[in-house]
Amino acid sequence: MRDVAIIGIGLTQFGELWDKSFRQLIAEAGASAILDAGISGKEIDAMYVGSMSSGRFVGQEHVGALVADVSGFSQMHIPSTRVEGACASGGLAVRQGYLSIASGINDIVIVGGIEKMNDVGGVSATETLATASDQEWEAFFGATFPGLYAMIAKRHMYEYGTTKKQLAQVAVKNHANGALNPNAQYKKPISLEYAMNATMVADPLGLMDCAPVSDGAASIVLCAADIAKKYTKKSVKIIGSGQGSDTLALHARRDICTLDATVHAGKMAYKQAKITPKNINLAEVHDCFTIAEICAIEDLGFVKKGEGGKAVENKITTLDGSLPVNTSGGLKSKGHPVGATGVAQIVEITQQLRGEARKRQVKDARIGLTHNVGGSGATCVVHILEVA
Amino acid sequence: MKSDVARFWRAIPQRYNLIGNQCGSCEKIFFPPREACPDCRRKSIGKMKDYKLNGKGKIVTYTIIHVGPEDFEKQIPYSIAIINLDEGPCITAQIVDCKPKDIKIDMKVESTFRKIQQDGHLGAIYYGYKFKPVEIKQ
Repeated sequence: MRDVAIIGIGLTQFGELWDKSFRQLIAEAGASAILDAGISGKEIDAMYVGSMSSGRFVGQEHVGALVADVSGFSQMHIPSTRVEGACASGGLAVRQGYLSIASGINDIVIVGGIEKMNDVGGVSATETLATASDQEWEAFFGATFPGLYAMIAKRHMYEYGTTKKQLAQVAVKNHANGALNPNAQYKKPISLEYAMNATMVADPLGLMDCAPVSDGAASIVLCAADIAKKYTKKSVKIIGSGQGSDTLALHARRDICTLDATVHAGKMAYKQAKITPKNINLAEVHDCFTIAEICAIEDLGFVKKGEGGKAVENKITTLDGSLPVNTSGGLKSKGHPVGATGVAQIVEITQQLRGEARKRQVKDARIGLTHNVGGSGATCVVHILEVA
Repeated sequence: MKSDVARFWRAIPQRYNLIGNQCGSCEKIFFPPREACPDCRRKSIGKMKDYKLNGKGKIVTYTIIHVGPEDFEKQIPYSIAIINLDEGPCITAQIVDCKPKDIKIDMKVESTFRKIQQDGHLGAIYYGYKFKPVEIKQ
């Protein structure tokens, strides 16, 4: 297998972008990544696009070809493939691009992630997100997406004594980080009191425990590591890539509080990178709900099972903590355009490893991890990045 | 949106009678029924037998939904739980016939046949199981 490097990154503003269309957003992210990579565009062998539900959100399927078209590649006829794995669609697209270069099939690949969720109303958006759960055996009976994560939270509190305050501290931390990120949907810190007293959505999760509905796109250019120097001096290497799956329905899992797909994907990535969780300097994890970040830091091996809440309370995961988590603001504050999220996580870690994260720069960051989850944990993708 | 999707009105007997199935190789019981046993895989093919569950179990975890989908709006706030059935499998269902504040993890519950949702005011009604606390006999 060949080594693969990230040579270009691009990210749009995340938020409620009423004046921008689906195609404008992805073309903007792709153009930024190409400019950043120092390539002309002609070198690109293939394209992968992550989108969860463009059909339901903007009424447009067949977006692999569409994105190649609006990005100006229609005359080159490059293979362009759309990848779907609910909220992990972006991370899966990155992994497909990575595998295609590692295998020797391609030399340079562009990966995009996109979701435009505000073109439909709130009810419609919620129903579309619920399609990531088991429609016949969960959603049919009234289980909502926040409801599923609320049940994980309730059990986590019961088994390990995790508190509502610890959940709120995840949101407070991520908003503090998002306030330093110019691309974030919410560039505003929130108080612990505000987070704890927010409108109840699904007990124990309030509005401030939930990531928002967002529009946005992200893109990266991947390149075989041995030719990356031709294009850029600031490339970052992908040293591990892992993916895992689990039962679609939460109720069928081995353990309600553990995302075994995360454990599997993490182990696969650590093994390939020949490192342990201790070697990770910072991580972008899938905090679609505050409890999800607590489970993630446990399942990725940063802390023991059940100690995630305490770790947050002890400020281990803040920007100046021993393991900063979600320096971008995470899904909670940066925003969560679902198909874009997995790609945007790679953009953040790449910026950090290049030393370009400005006010949210983590000192001496050399190895970073991204963790992208689909549904309530049926799909997970993990990548480990290192300064080249 | 929903009325034209067959999976919502298609006859799914398991939803009415809590019929799961059992692996003929390791005897593990599943609900909803599976085509193959994930432990025995090829050894289980053609050996999965129907198994009627007794509808009794206990609550593993639960939540009270305060913001719900359109079809459930009138029921808000309502509870959803994961129930561990006596025979082994876990399922997701609403808890009814008790106040949300009285629901507890490990509480014993039993299934009851109820209306789940309806397509608008006069539309098709979908039925299925909900769970209620087991009555304590005096």
